[in-house]
Amino acid sequence: MEMTQSLPSARSGLRRLGWFDWLYALGLALGAAYALKLYSPFMDMYERSILVGTAITLAGLGWHWKGLRVLVIVIAAVSLASIGLYQGDLARADQAFLLKYLISSQTAIMWMCFLYAMAGVAYWAGLLGRSETIAQAGTGLTWSATAMGFIGLMVRWYESYLIGPDVGHIPISNLYEVFVLFCITTALMHLYYEGRYATRRLGAFVLLIILAAVAFILWYTFDRGAHEIQPLVPALQSWWMKIHVPANFVGYGAFSIAAMVAVAWLLADKGILTRLLPPAALMDDVMYKTIAIGFAFFTIATILGAMWAAEAWGGYWSWDPKETWALIVWLNYAAWLHMRLIKGLRGPVLAWWAIVGLFVTTFAFIGVNMFLSGLHSYGAL
Amino acid sequence: MAQQSTARALYDLLSSMRFAISLLTVLAVASVVGTVLKQAEPYPNYVAQFGAFWFPVFETLGLYHVYHAAWFLLILGFLVLSTSLCVLRNGPAMLREMRSFREQVSERSLRLIPLNAQIAMPAPASVVLERVRAYLLQSGYRWREKTRAGDDGTLIAAKAGSYHRTGYLLTHCGIVIICAGGLIDGNIPLKVLQLTGQKVIETRDVPQSQVPPQSRLSPSNLSFRGNINIPEGSSANVVFMNVADGYLVQDLPFTIALQRFHIEHYSTGQPRDFASDIVVIDHETGERIERTIRVNHPFIHRGVAIYQASFSDGGTRMQLRGWPLLSPRAPPFDIAGAVNKSTSVKAGDAEIRVELSDFRPFNVEDLASNDTSSRVDTASVTKKVLDRLGSGAADLSDKDLRNVGPSFHYRLRDAQGQAREFSNYMLPLQLDGAWYLMSGVRATPNEDFRYLRLPLDAEGRVDSHMQLRSMLLDEKAWPELGRRFARNAASGPAVSAVLRERLAESAERVLQMFSERGLETVVRFIEQGVPQAEREKAADIYIRVLEGVALEALQLARERAKQPPLAVDEQTQRFIRDSLISISDSFAYGAPFYLQLLQYEEVKASGLQLTRAPGQNIVYGGSLLLVLGLFAMLYIRERRVWILVQPGRAELLMAMAVNRQTLENEQEFEKHRAALAAAAQTGT
Ligand code: HEM
Repeated sequence: MEMTQSLPSARSGLRRLGWFDWLYALGLALGAAYALKLYSPFMDMYERSILVGTAITLAGLGWHWKGLRVLVIVIAAVSLASIGLYQGDLARADQAFLLKYLISSQTAIMWMCFLYAMAGVAYWAGLLGRSETIAQAGTGLTWSATAMGFIGLMVRWYESYLIGPDVGHIPISNLYEVFVLFCITTALMHLYYEGRYATRRLGAFVLLIILAAVAFILWYTFDRGAHEIQPLVPALQSWWMKIHVPANFVGYGAFSIAAMVAVAWLLADKGILTRLLPPAALMDDVMYKTIAIGFAFFTIATILGAMWAAEAWGGYWSWDPKETWALIVWLNYAAWLHMRLIKGLRGPVLAWWAIVGLFVTTFAFIGVNMFLSGLHSYGAL
Repeated sequence: MAQQSTARALYDLLSSMRFAISLLTVLAVASVVGTVLKQAEPYPNYVAQFGAFWFPVFETLGLYHVYHAAWFLLILGFLVLSTSLCVLRNGPAMLREMRSFREQVSERSLRLIPLNAQIAMPAPASVVLERVRAYLLQSGYRWREKTRAGDDGTLIAAKAGSYHRTGYLLTHCGIVIICAGGLIDGNIPLKVLQLTGQKVIETRDVPQSQVPPQSRLSPSNLSFRGNINIPEGSSANVVFMNVADGYLVQDLPFTIALQRFHIEHYSTGQPRDFASDIVVIDHETGERIERTIRVNHPFIHRGVAIYQASFSDGGTRMQLRGWPLLSPRAPPFDIAGAVNKSTSVKAGDAEIRVELSDFRPFNVEDLASNDTSSRVDTASVTKKVLDRLGSGAADLSDKDLRNVGPSFHYRLRDAQGQAREFSNYMLPLQLDGAWYLMSGVRATPNEDFRYLRLPLDAEGRVDSHMQLRSMLLDEKAWPELGRRFARNAASGPAVSAVLRERLAESAERVLQMFSERGLETVVRFIEQGVPQAEREKAADIYIRVLEGVALEALQLARERAKQPPLAVDEQTQRFIRDSLISISDSFAYGAPFYLQLLQYEEVKASGLQLTRAPGQNIVYGGSLLLVLGLFAMLYIRERRVWILVQPGRAELLMAMAVNRQTLENEQEFEKHRAALAAAAQTGT
């Protein structure tokens, strides 16, 4: 029957995968297996499960979102190249040209900052100059910056083990590292929505929040020297960190995008840039989708945090300032989701609420570490 | 009747969405309070912060324990109530919705649904129906068919994503369950016991064995969370729960003995691991269980989880030597002490209490960081950027991390109860090429320590310095010192006896001034007696006299101790200068003696937290429901499609309804419309 051929239906999942999808999954499987073979004596059961889980997740995500496959392959290839250049010697970071100027961790992160800045410029030029080509360059630059950020973190992970086997740890353990994580998760989510819902023009707004984070990274590096790899305090030496922190940052990133889309929505509502921005209904939808995914992941992150706290500190909930602010953020977006279901409260109220939500989130993210004391004091400035 | 409608109105209000939103917002704002004001501090801190007037006001408002305050729990209670009522109100309808296909809709109401379409149907009805069924099956829809009375055709009522509704139930029940679990672990039962006067908070500082039964909780207590510090080699069978401005004692069903506490460090000195070797002895069975607990790796026995929480000194024993600083004829004395104990020392007629407060087996200091100010920073921006490239490893080249050995802390308290705090290093430190014993002092805990340096002699001992001190400050020795100084400073036959006499006299006068308040007196004397223009020169002369006499004092002291005289070289000069500064600083040191650590025997204590939280698994269960529900509610879209095949009119009517407004709906509608249009065509 013709109609079943002309219309792809939802059920044909696996059958739609091409050879490249399978090759990609095979690569992930082999990579994970090799890592297990090399390192499994040094990992506990949970860490092994996380490794396998990550490979499966990446395969699934790559099948669903084709662009991600290329990114994963590039990150893997370049990170491995960098590790190869190190030859097990940290000092090579200053001797090997490619390491020093391109793909050692710090250099890669600096490239990430630079490329995001260029991406911001391109997105804005594309938006204001109504040039799709320039805006497309913004997309390309965002992809490259994100790749560089991931490469920086991967190599940093390796470098931490070169400093000392007991110092080595996944680089999501302090404020500097999670700011890089924030940039790349936010960018990645934006790229997804951009590809799926044709919201390229919102890139100009999303890049603003990423660039704020980039500015913080630069200040933190040059003024405070915070880029140096530090060993982990005992409370952080746990596999929980590997799932708790990323889950949190999917939440933070999604909430940030929602707030920036809200800004765009409000501008368009006031007649500013209206004809350049996507239709209001589309922006409204992206706002809902980002807050929904952010809320789901933030919920998971908070629960994981509670379970970790139960194991490290002896209580799943201590009303520690960081915990309490996580709850505040969560309540805020729960209220947002309910408001959306009440007819009279949609529109500007929701947009403003999403923007206020970003301030609440930002305070929970860094304000707590700066102004309040508590058990989460490892992130102090 | 009126009563019933009030109840109904209340029910409607409590289960309404607007009320839920207000509650969520109010709870968020209320939670902020406890993060701004530090919770559960000792009450005197609050008194100091707010003053005597506001302290009781804030206490009544429960601001020191916001999250246990009645008003906060009331808000939480309302949230639980509102969510439960909400589930009660919407739940049954949702379950009905999930089961129903709504195949009873009329054609009229289908046309009122915003997403509807009329499609011409040239193909025969039976063929179209067959194709529609195949399409729906493939698209993941389930359906009911209804042949309408007369020749009004067939209605297919299809739906997908019904599990969206279970999401609602799971999420909201999850919330209620989490709150219930939390309440079990919260201190509600205890609060009730307190309010009814069955339990009384202990506020005295007494040994736990003397705490009366009304301040003790039995081992069968359902849930608790308390702390205990156990020194190595000791054991405990209770924990302390901090409540308001006092505590309660929780008896445990077992005894914990601490055998050893370990800390491991990274090379940078940061702690890498804390671990306690414990033995748990069960009171009922007498069973002994040996375990090592570490941060992130607790041990659970009889539902009580034992966590590594902190560590401290557990009473390290120390051998100390006291060196009197400003009373020249008092001999050194030895005392034995232990951390957290205090001893009395007689200094002149005064009695001083030495309270040993802490011991640290090692201290890693960055000895290079002191002189960064002298480095000139001419780096250009490019150079700065280049410096930050490369690996993320710390650049250690401008740091000089060194373990400078053990240190100990103590307070000296006088008869009036005034205390100063001291921090002394056991081992000498090398600074600018010479070795010193360092003793830090401060008057209040928020100041930095200021350090007194005691120079060491060539043998690396402090004795020479102390001999020199006694000699210089001893007025009985001054005439002899003056004479010797005059003899050596102005030797030769040309020097008259009178001149020598005057030199000796001025040397004595300088010593006398120096013994009052050190260099400070000398400087003041010069400022008062010498015109501005000549002060520098005068100061120079006085210093040279002082150094000369000090050299004599040093040699005389050695002579009396039957030691050979020292060669007068650069090193000796430096020693004398350092000694003079040290003596001079002693006047501001604020203690009559310096305590030198001779020997120690370290005893560590491990801080354990013990909890019993039966609600924990309930909370986790609720959390699981919450997460599953969230994904169901946010990612399963409930869609209904009706297809009315009307052969009489050669027409097909379709309509689609959703319960969430998203962009996908319209796309999906378009897709269905196209598929149905294709299905309605003739041909294969
Ligand atoms: C902490 C408390 C709560 C949380 C986390 C929560 C969470 C949620 C979420 C995530 C949704 C889905 C929103 C969407 O699909 O866009 C939702 C829907 C809903 N909530 Fe809540 N909720 C809470 C409390 C309440 C309370 C107290 C009520 C009632 C008074 C309530 C009533 C509803 C209703 C009626 C829906 C719509 C369900 C539907 O039509 O499918 N919620 N809730």
